[in-house]
Amino acid sequence: MKKNKKIFGKIIMLLTAAFFYLPIVYVVVFSFNSSKSLTAFKGFSLQWYEKMLRDSQMMQSLYTTILVAVIATVVSTIAGTLTAVGLSKSRKVIKDFVSQVNDFPIMNPEIVTAIGLMLFFITFRVERGLLTMILAHIAFCIPYVILSVMPKIRSLDPNLADAAMDLGATPAQALMQVIVPQISPGIFSGALIAFTMSFDDFIISYFVTGRGVKNLSIMVYTMSKRVNPSINAVSSLVIFLITIILVLINVVPLIRERAVKRAVKRQLPVRTSGNVTGAGQ
Amino acid sequence: MKRFSQLAVPYVVWSALMLLLPMIIVVFYSFTDGGNGIAAFQFTIKHYAKFFTDPDFLIVLWRSVKIAVKTTVICILLGYPAAYFIAGNSDRIRNILVLVITLPTWINMLVRTYAWIGILTKGGLVSSFLGLLGIKDTELLYTEAAVLIGMVYNFLPFMILQINTSLCKMDRSLLEASSDLGADGLQTFCRVTFPLSLPGVVSGISLVFLPAVSSFFIPKLLGGGQYFLIGNVIENQFITVGEWNFGSAISVIMAVLMMLSMYLVRYIEAKNSQVADS
Repeated sequence: MKKNKKIFGKIIMLLTAAFFYLPIVYVVVFSFNSSKSLTAFKGFSLQWYEKMLRDSQMMQSLYTTILVAVIATVVSTIAGTLTAVGLSKSRKVIKDFVSQVNDFPIMNPEIVTAIGLMLFFITFRVERGLLTMILAHIAFCIPYVILSVMPKIRSLDPNLADAAMDLGATPAQALMQVIVPQISPGIFSGALIAFTMSFDDFIISYFVTGRGVKNLSIMVYTMSKRVNPSINAVSSLVIFLITIILVLINVVPLIRERAVKRAVKRQLPVRTSGNVTGAGQ
Repeated sequence: MKRFSQLAVPYVVWSALMLLLPMIIVVFYSFTDGGNGIAAFQFTIKHYAKFFTDPDFLIVLWRSVKIAVKTTVICILLGYPAAYFIAGNSDRIRNILVLVITLPTWINMLVRTYAWIGILTKGGLVSSFLGLLGIKDTELLYTEAAVLIGMVYNFLPFMILQINTSLCKMDRSLLEASSDLGADGLQTFCRVTFPLSLPGVVSGISLVFLPAVSSFFIPKLLGGGQYFLIGNVIENQFITVGEWNFGSAISVIMAVLMMLSMYLVRYIEAKNSQVADS
């Protein structure tokens, strides 16, 4: 009975994983197809990658996507972290206001946020293009950064900054050398969320862009009507990039952790080693 | 340290300008008419009246709700067993399995949805597979089924992760207590495990249902021009037709409906947990 359940669970898990990875594998395989067909694999070729590299519109959209994502990540991580630190010392009214307003882009359907920003830019006569796209991305990324930094700040000793300043640190030093290192895991995961949110975004970018500025998502959306295997090539490129980033992020800390554990084990008797690693987490 | 509190001031201004004001503008547009200039506006509720008196729009709204409900139900049915299996493993394997589920979600949604076009089209993977089973020449692309597959594909990971989190938070000793008191596996699941995992199911529902109702690129890519959802109507009003006031009204209606449905789900869940407690 118990064993049957385990096998049933494994099958479900396997099918789920197959369902999730099938389209991704499909895109990568067909990006190497020698024919234009999306259904029959005729042989290996790199022609769609060549076409992609020569397609200036496609390369431009890739460049736009990365540029917007990098700027939005840097700005929203810094702004979100500073705001979160500030909020932890602010009055309750201000805290409540910010958390309410931050909920708008998180809870509202994305298309509502998108048309809100579009009408905002139109109302204030800001010409839509790259700048509006960057501003919009910063706007919807900061709430996520604040959300991921806030719990880390709450777990800090509230007197930490005061202690640092009593010992002669300027407020800036207290912030940069005492508080920021303590909350860096939150900042890092906030930055990661911001980057992928921005890199992936379609709906908001689609409504706030103009003058032919397109990111990758908008390009796939507008090109998907015609069969164009170069989309497979550029999609595969994105898949490779994201996979490499994710592997680095997930594997590097693991390896480091294991190295630390091994070093700790070597130095300390077994009885206390559990304690030390436990405290480190 | 009070001086740090000033660090929040710029963001209070920024968020009022970039997050709050746009929502006010949408509501403003939805109740006004004529021109883009704020000076020449006229108060009106005719956009709301137009939506609720035109059967075409109501049909689209009903269709969007229906497909979102179908998506949510399928996600629960597929996601619960998967989450249950993941939660039953040791910490290390659980982390790996969660990673397996999350990895694809990091890749662009448009790209992953686009990938289904090749799989679902005539002569593609699915129709060849069905051909082997004797069902010849099925064209799934540009049907409701294709849209449904696309939605389940995009939103299922959220459901699995939410349910898995709530299952992992559960105190394992409760299960032992339940079996010590004589309950069998099924009874323990129905009376202990499932009620305790309900908060996860509820937050999973909100993460699946809300984006499903308002999605517009999944129906456009996989449903072709024929399958119109409420998100497509809004997109049309803004991008093609240029009726911003009417488009704003539809958006407000959609946002309000979603808020209400979320409150309803939360309310039912709170009621349920009260009954379970007493």
